[in-house]
Parts: sequence; C-alpha cells; structure tokens
Amino acid sequence: MLQIDLWKRIAIILTIVAGLLLAVPNAFYPRVEAHNDAVLALEGGATGAGLEENAAQWPAFLPSGLVNLGLDLRGGAHLLAELPLEDVYEKRLVGFWPSVLDAMRAERATIGTFRRIGIEDGELRIRLSDASKMDRAIEIVSALARPVVSLSTVGATDFEVTSRNDLLIVSMSEAERLATDERTMLQSLEIIRRRIDEVGTREPTIQRQGTNRILIQVPGLGSAQELKDLIGTTAQLSFHPVVGRTSNTNDRAGVGNVIFPSIDEEGVFYVLEENPVVTGEELVDSQPSFDQNGGPAVSFRFNSAGGAKFGRYTAENVGQLFAIVLDEEVISAPRINEAIPGGSGIISGNFSLEQSTQLAVLLRAGALPVEPTFVEERTIGPQLGQDSIDAGRIACIVAFSGVLVFMVLSYGTFGLFANLALIVNVAMIFGLLSMIGATLTLPGIAGIVLTIGMAVDANVLIFERIREELKSAKGPARAIELGYEKALSAILDANITTFITAVILFVMGSGPVRGFAITLGLGILTSVFTAIFVTRLIVVIWFERRRPKTLEV
Amino acid sequence: MRLRLVRDNTNFDFFARPKLWLGISGVMMIVALISFAIQGLNYGIDFQGGTTIRTESSQPVDVASYRAALEPLELGDISITEVFDPNFRDDQFVSQIRIQAQEGEEAASGDMITAVADALSAVDSGLVLPFPAVDSVGPTVSGELIQTAAIAVVLAILAVLVYIWLRFEWQFAVGAVAALVHDVVLTIGVFSELQIRFDLAIIAALLTIVGYSLNDTVVVFDRVRENLRRYKKKDLKEVLNLSINETLSRTFMTSVTTLLALISLFVLGGDVIRGFVFAMIWGVIVGTYSSIFVASATLLALGVKRDWSKPTDEGGTQFGNTDA
Repeated sequence: MLQIDLWKRIAIILTIVAGLLLAVPNAFYPRVEAHNDAVLALEGGATGAGLEENAAQWPAFLPSGLVNLGLDLRGGAHLLAELPLEDVYEKRLVGFWPSVLDAMRAERATIGTFRRIGIEDGELRIRLSDASKMDRAIEIVSALARPVVSLSTVGATDFEVTSRNDLLIVSMSEAERLATDERTMLQSLEIIRRRIDEVGTREPTIQRQGTNRILIQVPGLGSAQELKDLIGTTAQLSFHPVVGRTSNTNDRAGVGNVIFPSIDEEGVFYVLEENPVVTGEELVDSQPSFDQNGGPAVSFRFNSAGGAKFGRYTAENVGQLFAIVLDEEVISAPRINEAIPGGSGIISGNFSLEQSTQLAVLLRAGALPVEPTFVEERTIGPQLGQDSIDAGRIACIVAFSGVLVFMVLSYGTFGLFANLALIVNVAMIFGLLSMIGATLTLPGIAGIVLTIGMAVDANVLIFERIREELKSAKGPARAIELGYEKALSAILDANITTFITAVILFVMGSGPVRGFAITLGLGILTSVFTAIFVTRLIVVIWFERRRPKTLEV
Repeated sequence: MRLRLVRDNTNFDFFARPKLWLGISGVMMIVALISFAIQGLNYGIDFQGGTTIRTESSQPVDVASYRAALEPLELGDISITEVFDPNFRDDQFVSQIRIQAQEGEEAASGDMITAVADALSAVDSGLVLPFPAVDSVGPTVSGELIQTAAIAVVLAILAVLVYIWLRFEWQFAVGAVAALVHDVVLTIGVFSELQIRFDLAIIAALLTIVGYSLNDTVVVFDRVRENLRRYKKKDLKEVLNLSINETLSRTFMTSVTTLLALISLFVLGGDVIRGFVFAMIWGVIVGTYSSIFVASATLLALGVKRDWSKPTDEGGTQFGNTDA
C-alpha cells in the first residue's frame, strides 16, 4: 500500500534541504557577492576594516556559491579572436635560414654555388647553379633538421628538404606545423591572459576555441574597443642595425635586409638588417616614463643575455644608427653616442601619455606570436543587462503565480502539493546552478520560466491518472498508488526525450544558447525528482494523517 | 468546484476525417516551404554576418534622420527599426540599427562604431553613449554558426527517432518524427512569413519546440501502447481515439500552464528575447496540434503490430513498477 520507507523519506528531505540551502545565497546576491570578494581578498593577503566587515556580512557556515551571471545579464565585452597560425611558419623559416647558409657555405666545394630565391608559400627556396649536386645539398640541409618531440608522431623531423628542378626547397613538416600551431596557441593564450590581468579587470574568461580561436569575455566593460586595443596588437619589439634611409618603397633592400616605414615621419623608410640585434623576448621589464625633454616615453630593461648582446653591439658601433622597431614600423632610429652597458634604455617617440602606458603594458606582457583578427564581437551595457534581469524576474514571478493559482483551481489540495513541489523545484534549479558554477544567461532565464510551465506536467500526468483510477473505484489509497505507478512510464519517456534535445543543445550551442540548455536540462531533472519523490512524499504524509474515505483530485 | 478545461469522459472522434487533417497539415507545410523559398528568412547577424547596434535616446527616435545621418558613412545596406516595450521608461526610446558585413573585414572595426556614434549624436542630442549593445559577427563565423545550427536540429530529430524506435516500435518513431518535422517547418514558415529576425536563439527555441512536441506525443503514444495491450480486440483507430481522449485533459492542462508562463515572459520579459519566446509559444500550439493530428494520424496510416503479448521481446519495454 501507500508506504515510503523511513530512510527514503529522510533522503528525500535531505536532498530538498540541500537544494534550498544551495539556492539561498542567490536571494541575497549583492551581499554574498561582496562577502565572496572580501574573503578572496583576505585570503590573498589584503587587509582592511571594510573587507572584514564585508566578509562578516554572510555567515561562513552557509553555502556561498552564486549563480554566475552571463555577459548578457551583467554587461561586458565578448570577443572571438582568430589567429593566423600560418604566419608563424614563415618566421620559423627565416630563423632557419642562417644555419642553412652556414652549412651550405662550408660545403661549397661539393655543392657548387647557390642563391636564396626567397620564402614563398611556406617554402624556403634556394637555387643551385649545378642541379646535379642536388642530392648532396639535400643531404647537408637535411642533417640540420631536428626530430619533433610530440606524443602523436614518431621519427618526424621539423624541416623537410626536397627539390624541384634546380631549386632546393625547405619546408616545415606536418608534425612540426601541428606542434608549432599548438605552441603558438598556448603562447598567445598566456600572453593575452597576462595583458588582461595587467589592466586588472574582474573575472575575465579567456578560453581556447577550436584550433585557432580564442574567446575573451570581460564583464563590466562598456566597449570592446579598449579590449581590442589591448590584445589586437602583437607588440613585437626588436632592435636592428640601420643600413640606410630612403623615401622610395620600391628600392631593393638587398639580401638579408628589410624596408620598414617610419612611424611618425611620413614617406620615410629605413633599410634595416633583417636579423635583429636584440628582440622584445629578452625584455624583463618596461615602464612608462619620460625622456630628457619631458615627453612620454617607455623605459625598458633587458635580461642579462640581452643586455650583454646590446652592450657589445653598441660598443662596436658607436656613431652608427640603430632602429627600434615595433610591429614592422620604426619608432625611432637614434645614433649610438656611446656604448650602452647595463642593458636598460628608453624608447622615445611621439607618444601620448596613454600610448606610452599601453606600450609599456604590452611590452611587459610579451609579444603575441601573430596578429589576431576579430571574427565576433559583442558588447552589452550593464544597464541593458540589469533591465533584462529585472524583466526576467518580473516575468518569473508572474508566471509562477499564474501557474500556482491555476493548479489550485484545477486540483484543489493536490494542486497545493504540486505547488509546493514547484517551489522546491525552482529553488533546486538555482541550487544546482550555483553548485556546478553554471552561468545564467537571458535565454537561461527563459529556460527557467519554461520549466515553471512544464514542470507541473509530471504532476498533471499523475493527478490525471489518479482521477482515472478513482473511477474504477478501488479506494483512494489504491488509486493514488496506481496513479503514480502507471504515470511513471509516460513521465520518464517524455522527459528523457526532452532531455536528449537539451543535451544536444548544450553540446552544439555556445554562449547564451548553452545557458538555456543548462537551465532546461537541470529543470527536467529537478522536475522529475520533485514529481516522483517530493509530491509523492507529501501526498503519502497527508494521506497517513487524514485517511480520507473519498478523494477529490 | 474544480476548474476543468476538458470535461470528463470525452469521446471525440479525432479520425473521422483522417485525410482532411493530414491534408490540412500538408497544405500548411507546403505554404510554409513556399514562403521560405520565395521570401527566405530574415537572418540575423548570427547567420549572415554584420553588425547590430542598439541605440537608446531620451528623445523619440526619428528613423529618417538617423538614416540621413548614416548615409554619408557609406556602410552599404542599413536597416533601422524602432523597438517598443512596455518595460521602457517614459524617456527611453530604443532603436536597432543593422549594418551589413563590411568588405574585407571580419567583426566591426572600432572606427566604424565611433563614426556611427558621432553621426547619430549630431542629429540626436539625447543619444546614450556608449551604445547599450553592439553585436558584430564576421562572415566566417556566421557560416559556421548556421552549419552547426542545422546539424543540431537534424541530430536532435535523429536521436529522438532512435530513442522512440527503441522504446516503442518503428511506426511510433516515424509518427513522432513526422510531427517534429511538421512543427519545425511550420515554425520556420511563420518566421519567413512574418519576417521576424531569425538568429541563434531561435534555433534554441526550435529545439525546445522539438522537445515539447515530443513530450506531448510520447505521452499519447505511451497511452496507446498501454491500451493496445489492454484492448487486444479493438481496432487501431478506436484505440487511438480512446488514448487521445483519455490524455486530453492532461494535454490541455500542460499546454495552458506552459502558455501561461510563456505569455508572461512574452509580455514582461523585455524585447531582447521576444522573438525567442514568440517561437516557443507558436511551438507549443503547433506541437499540441501535431501530436494528435500528425503523429497519431501517421501512426494510424502506418498501422502497428498488434501482438504485444511478449512485450519484452523487441523494443516495446515499459518502465513500470519502479518503486519510489
């Protein structure tokens, strides 16, 4: 007959209590948020009466997990950056060229003369004057390739050497490309994270997406431009010997040289040696400062290796020009008046104070290996987010009250039971969301409202079934029992199919849509739980006390 | 006195004119498809690339002057729509500006947004800056999004087909999927006919409709399965009618509570998700209709194996007697 074991009763009640407790912090959102921030700051070593006070606002024995608010509710900027990973290949080949040159020069007796044609389509092309010596040349260059160390490949080398007619062709192997891609992505993620941390925004999300994309979400930012300025530049700094100045871009730079424009002199170009003396990778620090004329500038310091190289070069080239190059533009090309030991210096140009501050941040955080392009950008103002929360809250309350009233009108006492279960249900959704640290988005709120409407379905199925069973006049206890038993199959089938679609939405969707899938999916779980356990427990307890002879559902 | 949406012991004959109902559904689907073929959907930037800017001003929006102000920027196709919502304050006037994807660019450049802001504030002194929302999607991403969305809908339908096939019989699965396709096509038809903006959120709504319609269909089918076992002599049409009548009260109850929730969201939930909620309201209505007139009618047309004497043999197992 109608019975539920004591341990089951206790388990059900404990689950409800846990759900409610987990949900409670969300009812006091600002207070708990302040508490959490304060606790985090205190753990981080910060002190202050204000922090202590905030931390004390919420009792430590209560759960303090909150539902994260999505960008569409909190406001903020969302950027999807795509990295052109192929750009790195060319740089690798440029870096490989000097060792190829040395090795081939040493063997000129056996391979004859050769000339570098250039780097195109990811290939370094070298022409041999005597094509019959090709095999020997390939052998020499191949010896320079190193094995790739990775988990998935065995025996592959980083560069592949082949030939086409009289051309010796050096290209990166597939394994090395994959390894390089991976390295570029990890490096970019790290640098973007460092740059954003430098400006000290709150809880940014920086995530890799797919093979060549990075998702960046920063709450509370009113415009994406600030963020794009911060991560949209590679900030590759290098110091090159100056070969000459020109105003004609068509000038041939000559082998091993490059032509870069001047950043603030219109129409002026510098011919520079391609291989830099020192690069930004060897910087250890950079700070905004002022030059001797009081203009904004950036001071920097090299690590010891970089400092030594820089000191040696400046000592050997007093009186010469050297160029400070940022992202293929010459910031300035000062004359070396004396040797610069100690490895520190200052970059001055026509900077504004803001520019010098930003440049210092970028140099400090390190250069991005490639320049990202932005393929998706969304910004939501905090006010619009707040409006959405308010509107969602009102809609929730109205929907909730509507359903509550409707259920009581339709099922009387049993309707009240279903309503109790519905309240538990919504609380449990919030509790679960807080527990797993899920993000609530605007469609997510819609998911909750939809769940409010649909959650009663399971109870409706049961109540309708009880009504039917009552007609067969088996007595109230038997009717209730049969009602639950026979409705179960329909409840499970119906909810499993809906759950399948929620899972697919979650897997395929992104951002807000995923937020919707989460609340919908959790809503299904909690509504099945409340219908087959919670209302049943309520009904059984009620039945035990009242022992009604007849039942009206 | 209890509120009863459906009186007890109804005995409607839902299959008196089976061809009529299937015919009506067929015609509506064809109309939807023609509309889709001719007008197409009003794709949002999620699927087409481009930029939308939400503007807010303390003065009424003058669409013509906005348009004139943006003309010199040469941004290509621009559409400006005023947005209304009962939640807005008296001095809150909102519009939505849609700008096509710019040649050679992925997401919007900051320069363009600044140029638009400057141009608009010249004609509207009450303009709120920065803009409350700017969304920009590059053509590459939008291409991928539409592909993923299509895959998601197809996957959902396939997964359901398999699940129902395993739990019932293949005829039930075909009936359920026919109803789902019907719902999805009609929803797309409405969006095409009314030219409501079709974006990523609508895909979520479509999948929810799939879920809801299925929920409804499965409840009816579950009862059909039960009644097929109980009344071995009744013909299929009678069993279907009986099952639908028995579950009719529940069908209406659930539809009404769901609609209650959705309508309050439609009215009070703000303009940002109104399209999304509209899709779901429409879906609940067609989903309820289709589980009776499409799913069951298809089942009737296909016929079904009547020997349920060994229910565990193949597929048709029923969860039951699972004690709480």
